Amino acid sequence: MIALAKKVISNVTCTFCGSTCDDLQVTVEDEKVLAVRSGCSSSLSKYLNYNAERFLTPLVRKNGQLTETSYEDAVRRSAEILANARYPLLYGWSSTSNEASRAGIELAEWVGGVIDNTTTVCHGPTLLGVHDIGEVSGSLGEIEHRADLVIYWGSNPVHSHPHHIMRYTALSTGRFRPSRKDRKMIVIDVRKTDTAKLADQFIQITPNGDYELMCALRMAVRGDELEQDAISGVPAEVIEELAELMISCQFGVIFFGLGLTMTEGRHRNVDVALSLVRDLNARTKFLIMPMRGHFNVAGANEVSAWVTGYPYAVDLSQGYPRYNPGDTTAIDVLVRGDCDAALVVASDPVSNFPVEASRRLARIPVITIDPHPSATTPIAEVVFPTTIVGIETGGCIHRMDGVAIMTKPLVPPPPGIHSDVEILRDILTHVKKSKMGQWT
Amino acid sequence: MSELLIRNGFVYDPRNGIEGEKVDVSIKDGKIVESVGTGATVIDASGMIVMPGGVDIHSHIAGSKVNAGRILRPEDHEKDVERHTATTRAGTGHSIPSTFTTGYRYAKLGYTTVVEPATPLLKTRHTHEELDDTPIVDKACFPLFGNDWHTMEYLQQGRVEECAAYVAWMLRATKGYAIKIVNPGGVEAWRWGRYLVGLDDRVPNFDITPREIVRGICKVNQLLHLPHTIHVHTNDLAKIGNYQTTIDTMDSVRGLGGENKPSIHITHVQFTGRTGSAWHNVGSGAPEIADYVNKHDHVTVDMGQIVFMNTTTMTADCGFQYMLYQLSGNKWMNFDVEVETGAGVVPYRYRRSNYVNAVQWGIGLELALLIKDPWRVYMTTDHPNGGDFTKYPKIISWLMSRKARNKSLARINSIARNKLDLPDLDREYSFSEIAVVTRAGTAKALGLKEKGHLGVGADADIAVYDINPTKVDPSRDFRLVRKALRKAAFTIKDGRIVVKNGEIVETPVGRTYWVDSTVSEGLMSKVESDMRKTFTRYYTLGMDNYAMADSELANSHRINVKAEV
Repeated sequence: MIALAKKVISNVTCTFCGSTCDDLQVTVEDEKVLAVRSGCSSSLSKYLNYNAERFLTPLVRKNGQLTETSYEDAVRRSAEILANARYPLLYGWSSTSNEASRAGIELAEWVGGVIDNTTTVCHGPTLLGVHDIGEVSGSLGEIEHRADLVIYWGSNPVHSHPHHIMRYTALSTGRFRPSRKDRKMIVIDVRKTDTAKLADQFIQITPNGDYELMCALRMAVRGDELEQDAISGVPAEVIEELAELMISCQFGVIFFGLGLTMTEGRHRNVDVALSLVRDLNARTKFLIMPMRGHFNVAGANEVSAWVTGYPYAVDLSQGYPRYNPGDTTAIDVLVRGDCDAALVVASDPVSNFPVEASRRLARIPVITIDPHPSATTPIAEVVFPTTIVGIETGGCIHRMDGVAIMTKPLVPPPPGIHSDVEILRDILTHVKKSKMGQWT
Repeated sequence: MSELLIRNGFVYDPRNGIEGEKVDVSIKDGKIVESVGTGATVIDASGMIVMPGGVDIHSHIAGSKVNAGRILRPEDHEKDVERHTATTRAGTGHSIPSTFTTGYRYAKLGYTTVVEPATPLLKTRHTHEELDDTPIVDKACFPLFGNDWHTMEYLQQGRVEECAAYVAWMLRATKGYAIKIVNPGGVEAWRWGRYLVGLDDRVPNFDITPREIVRGICKVNQLLHLPHTIHVHTNDLAKIGNYQTTIDTMDSVRGLGGENKPSIHITHVQFTGRTGSAWHNVGSGAPEIADYVNKHDHVTVDMGQIVFMNTTTMTADCGFQYMLYQLSGNKWMNFDVEVETGAGVVPYRYRRSNYVNAVQWGIGLELALLIKDPWRVYMTTDHPNGGDFTKYPKIISWLMSRKARNKSLARINSIARNKLDLPDLDREYSFSEIAVVTRAGTAKALGLKEKGHLGVGADADIAVYDINPTKVDPSRDFRLVRKALRKAAFTIKDGRIVVKNGEIVETPVGRTYWVDSTVSEGLMSKVESDMRKTFTRYYTLGMDNYAMADSELANSHRINVKAEV
């Protein structure tokens, strides 16, 4: 056997969180990842453990048991399930490449189903807010170079996006903000998070009080007087000081997380946050940006938007794209009981959907495409092993601010394992064959 | 391989001096040839018009700001949907069609080449992803320069040749076709929430003026021998009295180009052709601009015509978009791009009854009618800014028919009508002139030698429209012209029939053109090593990850040129 040399690959883009840092150095030996430099803890854990507990062959359910089968059989079985379904759901897409999303939407068109991405359970309300108000935003480098006021609201990047603060915000070295002392960092959250410990000011609010506090802040920015002594547990003077700080900064930014989108008020919280920042632009320069979680959730939205017009929750059952979040969103089509088959790509809905939705998934045939076992795979009818984007497969991904990056394969996948794109294309080929009769 | 013969059509091929004569067009292997064998497939074009496929020089169809518009406006899509068929993908309109729908709708209009005219360098990979999903038509995109730190610094230091090498590197890295400039210096100012006025304000922190930027990049364009001129969206767009800035911008590069060769293209001039001192006395600066263009051959322009509809405005001129948000109260997207540029999106409805909108409508048409040489004024709506591209047949009818114009004039704001020169203009375009402003002229301006004409060796990109120019008087029967141009009888792309009777029958993947200008090795390696240092400081993305590989494009078509430096 030929001894394979050890090599160091630089400028590797990390496919973990939405920050997608592109400066990892990965040491590869014997076609395995040996070490990672410049990565955060999340990144290290992903790159060093990617090969643990993997599926190595496709599985199909026979007599109630998931049984090993050939790739061709798994493709044929999946195509049958999807082609025969009346209202299938194609879900996931945020932890794979844009190429996979593109193939997925074409498949959804042919099987007449709903295609939804994980936005539906994280920043879906953000997009609803954007539909109403718009969004004043920018790329992360703008914050790095110009921001002198950085606010994290309902977001804890020290854990969710570990290098965010260092690469892009308070601790980064910008052209016009060379050091930490050139910036003020404020954290607004319900508890003193590890991010709050790095901040110049921490403002603690009562849980579910975001909407009221944001409205009060908007009033204060407009110069209206606050009549209450405290709002959402924050004294009026603190709110007024914060408003003054926002108006008087040269370049401010609010980053917000699920603390805003998934608490009481949801898209209303986002509405008022987007409005606040829009209003601030009459006084100074201010941007706002959601802290997108998965490494390519932004890409899943973008692909969906350019192919169908809508960023998530697209219903193709009528032959054309329809969009009505609350009706065409994954959880709703499951809970209503309309959905009669599901394809899950790079996601684990059973672990994070409401229990009624998971129950429905357990009752219908589910196909999963995932490198690792998850809470969803045990209920599946067909389980495809797959390659990992950014480690074994290349593909285009969009950073949380929409910057497109091409990831590259670092090591070969285990033998015989296909990528998401290949699997989807093969299923599509089978589906097309069986559906072609409808038009001819 | 496949042969095709288009027989008995009235051919309009202005580049080759053919004006409505009955000529057969022979096609083999995707190219126009002298003749074909008897086995060729025959298209009977009796009583129909045959033209080269349309070439759109300026249409925002792909990339992050277009998609931001799509995400902003679900209400725009739900009223206009396209069904999935065995041949075509599903999609949505209306003012910002999804990518597949964009390709199909252009092909149905008889267009075969479309240019996305503004892509942020850093986000051009995304633009190409969308262009790859835009079927049938050939494509190209213009990356944005003029607010990027590298260009401003090189030019401020007088290092024009190094700036040229940098631009060449960027075009290669982004697979771009030409240099687009939007509000030079003004977008950098807006990234601090500030504005520049005119050509001689200084850009904050960079000690350079818009005039110096435009002149510098114009020189760079000459040094690189790029096939298209610089493509400029001027400063002061949409401001009252901005026609003077437009003329100043044109004049700022006078003498920089070669003999009898354009050196600057000013885009969507309608938006930068306003006279007046306040909103109540806004007027048309078209006569002054047309006069300048008529007297100076270094300039080409496109109209940026508006149509009265609810559309979506989008531009890298994000400061302007903020103004439009304030004026309209509509929702507003803004996206600043580090080091380089920005973008804004605001939905907008143009109303006949609105005085300023009515004047805008008049400015676009006046420009097209007052500029004498059709080879230097092109028909665009700055899609979707002035209206979406499916409205082109309507605009063509306004150009071809005074009667059509008068019908629309009767319905616009009366104060605007009285102020415009348009009612007195009696020029009516011929089919031949229409072929110039929609394909021959634009292909020439873009330097696409194999497009916009039907000479031997040209790409077999052809539109056939079911209208008989010997029987129909476009001046009187303008509705018939509109009807025929809305749905091509045949659209042929690279010798393949892609549209038949206005329906898509085949969906090939079009090419993406980009320009590789080779500068001397010594200069390039010096600039590259300089850029390695600045890149790390400026960008949140590494230089190696920034550059696109050729293989990232679905159908890459590189045009090689040799630079002077």
